[in-house]
Order: sequence, then C-alpha cells, then structure tokens
Amino acid sequence: MNDDLGAVATLHDPVRRTLYEYVAGQGRPVGRNEAAEHTGISRTLAAFHLDKLVDAGLLDTGFARLSAAPAGPGGGRPAKVYSRARTPRKVTLPERDHSDLATLLAAVVHDLDADDRAVAAARASGERLHSPGGWLDTLRARGYEPYEEDRRVRLRNCPFHPVAEDQPLLVCAMNLALCQGIAGPDATAELDPRPGECCVALSKTNQD
Amino acid sequence: MHLAQINIARLVAPISSAELADFVALLEPINDLADAAPGFVWRLKESDTDPRAVYQHDFGDDLLINMSVWRTREDLWNFVYRSRHLAVLQRRREWFTRMAELYSVMWWVPEDRLPTAAEGVQRLELLRRDGPGPQAFTFKDFHEP
Repeated sequence: MNDDLGAVATLHDPVRRTLYEYVAGQGRPVGRNEAAEHTGISRTLAAFHLDKLVDAGLLDTGFARLSAAPAGPGGGRPAKVYSRARTPRKVTLPERDHSDLATLLAAVVHDLDADDRAVAAARASGERLHSPGGWLDTLRARGYEPYEEDRRVRLRNCPFHPVAEDQPLLVCAMNLALCQGIAGPDATAELDPRPGECCVALSKTNQD
Repeated sequence: MHLAQINIARLVAPISSAELADFVALLEPINDLADAAPGFVWRLKESDTDPRAVYQHDFGDDLLINMSVWRTREDLWNFVYRSRHLAVLQRRREWFTRMAELYSVMWWVPEDRLPTAAEGVQRLELLRRDGPGPQAFTFKDFHEP
C-alpha cells in the first residue's frame, strides 16, 4: 500500500503537522501526555491526531513504561507511545525519481575506483553551499535534522538513504566531504556513524 | 545459525613497514570495538595476548585475512558501516591495493561450530566462481539461512 499523497495530505492539518514534527524531532518514542503538553492541546485531542498519523503510516506505535509510576492499580501500566515511521514519503508532480539512477551511478563510480573524484565534487558542492555562520541552518534545510548531544551536533536523518545503504563507502565519504564543505571554518565534521542516523557529527570551532 | 564473514586484503607493503604503522596501531581499538559490538560472536585471532598480531596463514605474506562470526546481518552491517570502523575502512587505499576480484564473502554456520580460514577462502572461491548463492553471498545479494 503506497499512498504517499494521502500520507502527506494528512499533514495539511496544522495541529497534526506540529505533533508530527515534535515526535520526529525527539528520535525516541513519545507518549500522549508529552505530545499534548508540547503542542498545547488536550490529551484527548492529541491522542486523536496521533492516531490519525498512525493510520496514515507516518507514525509507528508501541507500548512503554514512561516513568517510575507509583505502584498500585494502573500505576505501572505501559502507555501507548509514538515514533516516526521509517518509510520515506515523497510526492512529486509530475513524477521524478532520481534514486534508481543515483544508485546505478554510485555503483559505477565505486567500481571505477573513482571515489576520490566523487568526494572532491561533493566537497566543492558543499563549499558552494557554505554561508558564514549558517551551516546549522543549511544542514537543517537540507533535511539532516541536526540535534545537539555532548556539545556536538549529530544528524538524525541521512538524506541520501537508501543510496547510502547500497554504496556506503562511496556515499558516506561523499556526505562527509559535503558536510565539511557546508561547515567551512565554522565547524569540524567527522565520521562517527550510528545505526539509523547520518554518519557525520560536527563540532563547532572557536567555542568559548 | 550464525553469520560468518571473511575478507581478504592485499597489503601495499609488509605489515611491519612504516606505511602500515597507522593500520597496525588501529588494530587494537578496532578489534576491541568489534568484540564489544552488539551481536558479535567470534573472530579469528592469531594470539590471545598480542592484539596487534595479524592472522598467520599460507595464502601469501601480502594477504591479510579477517574472519568473524555474528548473530545477524544487521549486527555485522552496523559494525562495518555504522560504527567508528567506517572511518578506518575509508582509509583502505592507504594500506591495501585495489582488488579486481571479490574480496569478501558471507555464509551461515551452525551456532555450535566456528569456521576455519581454509573454509572461508573456499567460500570466497565459490562466490568468485558461481556468483552469490545460499552457500556464499554478500550484503548486496544476501541469503537468509
């Protein structure tokens, strides 16, 4: 069942969109109470919209014990939690899809052992995108979903998935160079991959 | 079943040379990373006491052999491409020559048995000869047990 247009249309409602962005931005399962508090709506309304997002395939659900609840009837019961569904959604009208082509070209570049050329091209492309002091906004605008952890910036989303899944050596090397170009002298980008995230982490330079 | 994997690399210079010094220095931290990685089961070791000792074999002095066993494809994938191992892998051209032939293969082994290096080399030959199949496969053409 592929209803990308229907899924995206679900986000037309501003409350749903806020809820979706909040859940997606946490990178962990979120309960109804928390989602309601952060969007300023009632728990009942939040639950209604969260479940609409689940029906549309944009959120996944599970059950988890959210806090050290007091013992007693109902106290330790697992609560319904929501996290972003991994399936990417894309609507392009008229249809344009570069991912198959990108995967083929990436395989050819790698087989030709031309990784260095591709990395240099990615770096140049990143440098063209560099604006002084603007690297974090640029990364955000390009879908990396940056977040801070231990005084470093990590990137929750890999915009090049699934080409990166098919050619990780080439694509991760290119992505690192691209991020280094975007950051310029403002931040240092290095490879520090984690399951389910982008392979790059950045540290601000000249922090005081 | 557990997932066994072997990869062979052709060194650009003897393992004791200055060219390979960075690589040799990375052996211990990267092996430690593997040993602690989720789903790691076993790896081929030359020595239990010297973490820098590479596996000795009769397939040629310039060949470096790595073999390990993992619980699942995802566990192995996450170690190879989603850990600090990736940064080491990205420096491969400094230490290893480019191979025209396939240099890595996977296969399933019973959980009560560990593979031998000779078995791994045979699986690699099988992959090179017949292409990927249930007995010898790759991440791209993966076969479930």
